[in-house]
Amino acid sequence: MDLYEYQAKDVFAAHGVPVLPGRTVDTAAEAERAAQEIGTAVVVKAQVKTGGRGKAGGVKLAKDPAEAKEKAEAILGLDIKGHIVHRVLVTEASDIAEEYYFSFLLDRSNRTFLAMASAEGGMEIEELAVERPEALARVPIDAIAGVDRAKADEIVAKAKLPAEVADEAAQVIVKLWETFVGEDATLVEVNPLVRDPQDKIIALDGKVTLDENAEFRHSEHAGLVDERSQNALEAKAKEKGLNYVKLEDGQVGIIGNGAGLVMSTLDVVAYAGEAHGGMKPANFLDIGGGASAEVMAAGLDVILGDDDVRSVFVNVFGGITACDAVANGIVEALKILGDDAAKPLVVRLDGNNVDEGRRILAEANHPLVTVVDTMDDAAAKAAELAAAGA
Amino acid sequence: MSIFLDENSKVIVQGLTGSEGMKHATKMLASGTKIVGGVNARKAGTTVEITGTNVPVFGGVEEAMKETGADVSVLFVPPKFAKDAAVEAIDAGIGLAVVITEGIPVHDSAWFWAHACANGNRTRIIGPNCPGIISPGKSNAGIIPANIAGPGKMGLVSKSGTLTYQMMYELREIGFSTAIGIGGDPVIGTTHIDAIEAFEADPETEAIVMIGEIGGDAEERAADYVKANVTKPVVGYVAGFTAPEGKTMGHAGAIVSGSAGTAQAKKEALEAAGVKVGKTPSETADLARSLVSRG
Repeated sequence: MDLYEYQAKDVFAAHGVPVLPGRTVDTAAEAERAAQEIGTAVVVKAQVKTGGRGKAGGVKLAKDPAEAKEKAEAILGLDIKGHIVHRVLVTEASDIAEEYYFSFLLDRSNRTFLAMASAEGGMEIEELAVERPEALARVPIDAIAGVDRAKADEIVAKAKLPAEVADEAAQVIVKLWETFVGEDATLVEVNPLVRDPQDKIIALDGKVTLDENAEFRHSEHAGLVDERSQNALEAKAKEKGLNYVKLEDGQVGIIGNGAGLVMSTLDVVAYAGEAHGGMKPANFLDIGGGASAEVMAAGLDVILGDDDVRSVFVNVFGGITACDAVANGIVEALKILGDDAAKPLVVRLDGNNVDEGRRILAEANHPLVTVVDTMDDAAAKAAELAAAGA
Repeated sequence: MSIFLDENSKVIVQGLTGSEGMKHATKMLASGTKIVGGVNARKAGTTVEITGTNVPVFGGVEEAMKETGADVSVLFVPPKFAKDAAVEAIDAGIGLAVVITEGIPVHDSAWFWAHACANGNRTRIIGPNCPGIISPGKSNAGIIPANIAGPGKMGLVSKSGTLTYQMMYELREIGFSTAIGIGGDPVIGTTHIDAIEAFEADPETEAIVMIGEIGGDAEERAADYVKANVTKPVVGYVAGFTAPEGKTMGHAGAIVSGSAGTAQAKKEALEAAGVKVGKTPSETADLARSLVSRG
């Protein structure tokens, strides 16, 4: 789960990482009041989970409360790379002497963590990495040893941060590591990490990604979920405990078991769709190994509730679960849904007890269900039905 | 022959007494796996009857190894306890630890991987979040259904569980020396390269199928490895061409690998290394079929 800047800063503050005081508001009037309370010039910042806010006009300086209101009005409702701004952060405008870059992240290739730091912050880090790779220090972090003061000093030295701020920067880096581990984050990024005229180090921005697998030890993270930014179908699926992702511009609803098989199903449907008016997959939905009737019904319910969906492709390989159980699940699910199930279903079953599974579906003879033997042919059929349903 | 697991492997199950552990231990036993014990500190000294076989439960991995000569452990331990269980297996120095558990926090898997490295990598780890490993007709350590395909000359390594099953099913008339699901988590033990290296050295394996998916750069690295070191034919498949960008990967993560981690980038890297890449699982199976000798 990605956090908003204001959430990331709250998390930073809780771990002792210095941030500037600020308030998060939903309206321009509240922005004005926030600026009044802060009592200095402020920066009004769009809260969206994407980069490039500044360029998109989502970050503005305001010298007084009236201007803060005006800027907030301009920013609220902006569409930044498909993210609508519902909320702005009003924060004290800081005097910046220098800008640095800092992050801790998971380094998949080396199966460990990595610190990245640079004395040249502020710019897009992707650009820095390409244009001046020598200016970006990369320091591997042992997962067990972690980052103590000595390691932080090493990072500061490799990043060539100035001597005047070396001590404080190292202290902040240790606290950022405590944030990274303590919150079970896979990314903690500060860009820019700034030096103010008094040589204080401040996290002026923050990007944090939390590991959803660690939710069992972070009940407090549930409060960070923002319903407004969630797709309604994704929210419904999450409530039902389903692993679902809504895709843009698709017409074929997808249900499968296992993340890899479902991803593969999306691809096969997209290929097949090329011959059927460009039909595309409308979602990712992995119902997992079990594929019981209840889970199948919950999955179908979510997918059939998607207005973009014109046909549904159920693609199950019976591994642990036998195909007869899956077939019974589909039949039961259609009974549970009754008249709510009104779109054609293409079912492909393979693997364990496949003959019995196909027999059950044939016997049920549901008018909406077409059984196709292979994944490729079933994808083509689903795309064809979606195109016909246009 | 086979890789990492054979008919002499003596297998213990950490988490045997849980429902998943019991369910799959039963299936493993039925498919001929030598299950010599289970581990559960609270039930040490008891035995569990699995379809007529009495399986002793030990207090720890070290004790189980000493008493039974076990050299493989399969972990069905819930995510909360998985790190400690893996560390215990590593400390005991067992040869192979297959971590089936799904949903382990990445800080935990990074921890036990670092611990395994610090111990000189005496323990090969497969997983986490994987279906395990099967050498058909010999032994099965994990949850891969043993009835999909029998022994044969194909070697399979896959990030995805169900695509492992799908590919085994498509190629069931050829059969497999060993099939390994290495798991799709960001931090895993055994990699594509480890498996490909072992398949290359295994006289029974004639051709290799590798299945990848978006994220990270394991497939690109495997491509480089194949180009430099592998003489046997390799066929590839990559899932996730239509997966949306940025749903899981942060910007900073993409920089580290030096690759976008997209399916297209992986496919291109594999093809540049001489690996034939199928567009769909069935096309991949056709390619693989064309590469092995008949009979």
